[in-house]
Amino acid sequence: MNEVNRDLLLRRHMEGPIVSPIVHVCCRGLAPFIQITGLYVFFHGHYSPGGGFQGGVLLAASIIMLRMSLGLADSQRIMPNRLPIPLAALGALIYAGTGLLAMLWGGSYLDYSFLPLPMLDPAMLRYVGILVIELGVTICVMSTLISIYDNLLGS
Amino acid sequence: MLPWLIEVILFTVLIVAALVALGLRNLLAAVVTLNIFSFMSATIMVKLGAIDVAFTEAVVGAGAVGVINILAILLTSRKSAD
Repeated sequence: MNEVNRDLLLRRHMEGPIVSPIVHVCCRGLAPFIQITGLYVFFHGHYSPGGGFQGGVLLAASIIMLRMSLGLADSQRIMPNRLPIPLAALGALIYAGTGLLAMLWGGSYLDYSFLPLPMLDPAMLRYVGILVIELGVTICVMSTLISIYDNLLGS
Repeated sequence: MLPWLIEVILFTVLIVAALVALGLRNLLAAVVTLNIFSFMSATIMVKLGAIDVAFTEAVVGAGAVGVINILAILLTSRKSAD
């Protein structure tokens, strides 16, 4: 009984959407608002609670919610199955690359005031640098959580 | 109103939710109770003034961990064996 139930749930997840229209409409309507909240949390992470990690988890939650409600096949257009692992590598690369760039231009690791952007004073450079770091953290956390979800379902 | 009373209420709900989650046989209900635990812990963090920690706890504990626990239940058994 349990095996049959599990196989049915997995097959429904693999093939098609969940048939309840209420779940369908609610999840599709709610996802953009969660994504906007995630972007807000990411962009305002310097001077208010939040930051890259929380914004990334919120973005991942919206996409996981779409995966659960629409099924794997229909959610491929939003986030293809092969994308999360390269995106996670890209996020880690952005983080480490920003630090190493500051190191190459004469500062210490992750010292944003040495970033090679002309016409910006050091305070503005720190502002931009922490934003780039948060961007890397956001991408990495989001795609790692999505890939954990995909791997748990064995797809 | 006593200022520590709300903390006492929050801690009571926290401990009761943790004990109920330990005792439940239905694992889906246990996950929901753990989410209550996580939310109460986030509220206590807000009361203590650590807004950032509370935000992380609410997002991760009540969002991501709940989804992953439900997936683990989907992949194994719905009822606890012991």
